[in-house]
Amino acid sequence: MRFDVVIVGAGIVGCAIARELTRYRLDVALIERECEVGLGTSKANSGIIHGGHRAADGTAKGATEYRGNLLWDELAHDLPFGFQRIGDLTVAFDDDDERHLSELLDQGRRRGVTGLELWDSERLRREEPNLSHDIRSALHAPTSGVVNPYEACFALAESAVRNGLTLLLEHTVVGIERGESGFTVRTDRGSLEARFVINAAGVHGDAVARLVGAEEAGLRFRKGEEYLLDKRLVGFVTRVVFPCPSPTSKGILVIPTYDGTLMVGPTATPSDADDVTTTAQGAQAVFEGARRLVPGISEEDCIAEFAGVRAVAADEDFAIHSTAVPGFVNVIGIQSPGLTAAPAIALDVVELLRSEGLSLELDDAFIPGIDAPILFAQLEPEEQARVVRGDPRFGRIACRCEIVTEGEVLHAIERGARTMDGIKFRTRAGMGRCQGGFCAWRCMRLLADTLDIDISEVTKRGGRSWIATPRLEVEHA
Amino acid sequence: MPELQPRHLQRRYDVVVVGGGPAGLAAALGAREQGAEGVLIVDRESEPGGILQQCIHHGFGLHHFKEELTGPAYAERYLGQVLEHDVDILTDAYVLDVDPSRRVGLLSSRHGRTEVDAGAVVLAMGARERTRQAIRIPGTRPAGIMTAGFAQKLVNMAGYLPGRRVAILGSGDIGLIMARRLVLEGAEVVGVFELMPHANGLTRNVVQCLHDFGIPLHLSTTVVHIHGDERIEKVTVAPVDESFTPRMDQAWDVDCDTLLVSIGLIPDNELARTLGVRLDPVTTGPVVTSSMETSRDGVFACGNTVHIHDLVDWVSQESQLAGGAAGGYATGRHRRADNVRLLPGSNVRSCIPHTITTEREHTIFLRVTKSLAPCTLRLGEVYERPLRYVVPGEMVTLKVRPRFLQGFHGGNLRVDVVAREEAAA
Repeated sequence: MRFDVVIVGAGIVGCAIARELTRYRLDVALIERECEVGLGTSKANSGIIHGGHRAADGTAKGATEYRGNLLWDELAHDLPFGFQRIGDLTVAFDDDDERHLSELLDQGRRRGVTGLELWDSERLRREEPNLSHDIRSALHAPTSGVVNPYEACFALAESAVRNGLTLLLEHTVVGIERGESGFTVRTDRGSLEARFVINAAGVHGDAVARLVGAEEAGLRFRKGEEYLLDKRLVGFVTRVVFPCPSPTSKGILVIPTYDGTLMVGPTATPSDADDVTTTAQGAQAVFEGARRLVPGISEEDCIAEFAGVRAVAADEDFAIHSTAVPGFVNVIGIQSPGLTAAPAIALDVVELLRSEGLSLELDDAFIPGIDAPILFAQLEPEEQARVVRGDPRFGRIACRCEIVTEGEVLHAIERGARTMDGIKFRTRAGMGRCQGGFCAWRCMRLLADTLDIDISEVTKRGGRSWIATPRLEVEHA
Repeated sequence: MPELQPRHLQRRYDVVVVGGGPAGLAAALGAREQGAEGVLIVDRESEPGGILQQCIHHGFGLHHFKEELTGPAYAERYLGQVLEHDVDILTDAYVLDVDPSRRVGLLSSRHGRTEVDAGAVVLAMGARERTRQAIRIPGTRPAGIMTAGFAQKLVNMAGYLPGRRVAILGSGDIGLIMARRLVLEGAEVVGVFELMPHANGLTRNVVQCLHDFGIPLHLSTTVVHIHGDERIEKVTVAPVDESFTPRMDQAWDVDCDTLLVSIGLIPDNELARTLGVRLDPVTTGPVVTSSMETSRDGVFACGNTVHIHDLVDWVSQESQLAGGAAGGYATGRHRRADNVRLLPGSNVRSCIPHTITTEREHTIFLRVTKSLAPCTLRLGEVYERPLRYVVPGEMVTLKVRPRFLQGFHGGNLRVDVVAREEAAA
């Protein structure tokens, strides 16, 4: 099939671009090697929508951070995913830190970031009593927010598909050739023709550019480990807390996630592209760093950990540009604040394609919204009663830690979940204290029944990530 | 006529029991025996019996029924009695909340979102397994890492194997039982790795499940790294020193496609927490009186939701008592307050119940922190008894009779388990 645009990589950037393009009368395909969208770097990050004052002037990061930040309101209005502007604090322990705060404040004001304010220790104590008393002052950015990044990817992809996107999951791009009239994108499961190709392949960005002989970004990789804490600490800190940064990272943060649970991290250590291991050293660094900000945090409270890999371009900036291969566009090296910037990046890429000769005609049939999933636990009792009367599947609990009903799990499958992780990240089933001990079997059965597959074909995350295997055939004498 | 799925829920029950496992079944029985009229058990599974249903091995009921039963057979016996006693059992249902006036918020596919009032509530939710996350093993997060109890469900309830080549971290009873089960099912169990210098499960399980099947038990050894992208491929294990620090120079790799985690159980107390019941920081279960009443009036608790038991027989005994007290409470017969507070002392990790009286006979359950043999159990200055041995993996039960406490008129009573020589000194 021939497409106007083929996007390689369905992370937050690929999904945002795909949805933006479906506003126009275009045939667009989005190719993803994993079995679900958003399960690479996009899933494993801090979920912060940065205030807009942080990335340096004169960089692509600086140019997209605040614009991206402002665009999240519209996205969250149209699409059902968790997003809330809870604000952030950058804290100062000494004179150097305080100088940094005033530079940040100046930069933010130049950029027009609203609401920035320096807080003295007394104000800080009042607003966030559990922060370290060694903190002298802080810069408060009310524009900052938190988002469930995987929910945002799912919603963007679902919206794009609803508006005509061809989403090809579990397709790995193995070759890209530039011909007379466009590209042939070869995957392990067939080929696509395309006028334009957008490389949003995350940590594989250089490898995809290499396939067609386009410029690479000299990607290196930096792993970040994050640790999720028990619900006991919900409300312990109510804003994202940043230390003053080092040259390579924003440091160890304390993050109240959208769901309220605290997360601490990330580390920033050089790694391979696919190294998502957590380490004892990483855990130590994270908890030491977190305790410097919030002394009441303890390793004992950890209920889950994960790691993600940032793709870092040689110049540390985003690499968003046309390449020497006409029609092939790089959108790579998207590290922090890439999640924040993603909606702005999507708009910039559309303009880039327009300037490259893609004619853009708005499609009147574009529907911005998708149906919001039912979040049973958040409904009032009367509302819950009504939902169960309408559909008894909502009367059965699948996940008891997070109170997720079978109805919600089945809806998630109807909307595209194909794996246990797909269910988990759409419904929260399995994210709580017991980490799936109770709900995993129920979810496996629902997946197998709905998709008409055997239990042994249910996977955690596609590929060889099977969970159960048939009993051995025993030969009887 | 008793109904295993009541068509109509009553507006009010004397006693509502949360959980239909061994604790809940015995509590319901106890409540009826002590005069409660309407008793309702709410269970989230489609069949009552709780975790017993997946415990198809034998070894249940030696104390209580004086014979060796399988888990489902033990549950069946109790269920039969419960049904004879006219108890309503609502399965496929979930208790969402209980308010201070003991209005119980229910969710079931049959009755929807509804509420019933309870004269007394018994919390009998059991326990959940500690997961890999509780001990933060470094490495990747592939498929194939699961709790022993989940593997037990896969094998015994669903007829699948969790994998073909299995390593087991921790020597809790479920892990030991599963080691044997998996070998019987044709899988290979490459070893059990236990951080502590002693096994965590019952000695009889170490012998019957590991030794008899030639499965190696590596004490003072733990998993230090997990390898594999999609499915687990191997683990790195290492011996630990006295302070539990892995000695990486002596680490080795073990190929496996599955890692079972059997590192203990934690009381399932979400509901107790939302009720604001006082919790014991050591057991993490509710603080309870000799009637198994929590710090909330009319809210009782029993079984693994209070503290982790080794044997279901003790769960039944404790729960029958709790249910009886709940039945008494609901029908207006309040027990006299306890006058003795038991304080865990030397080598005592926990002691349940937290308070007793000098007037009645009580069974108290102790957990020790380290092995001792021979040793002496002491209740303050008032009573002592010799014990052949104590190990952390086995609960110590002690029947405290009023005459033991003669001359003691209430107050704090320290519970110590000390080496025999020390006791003599």
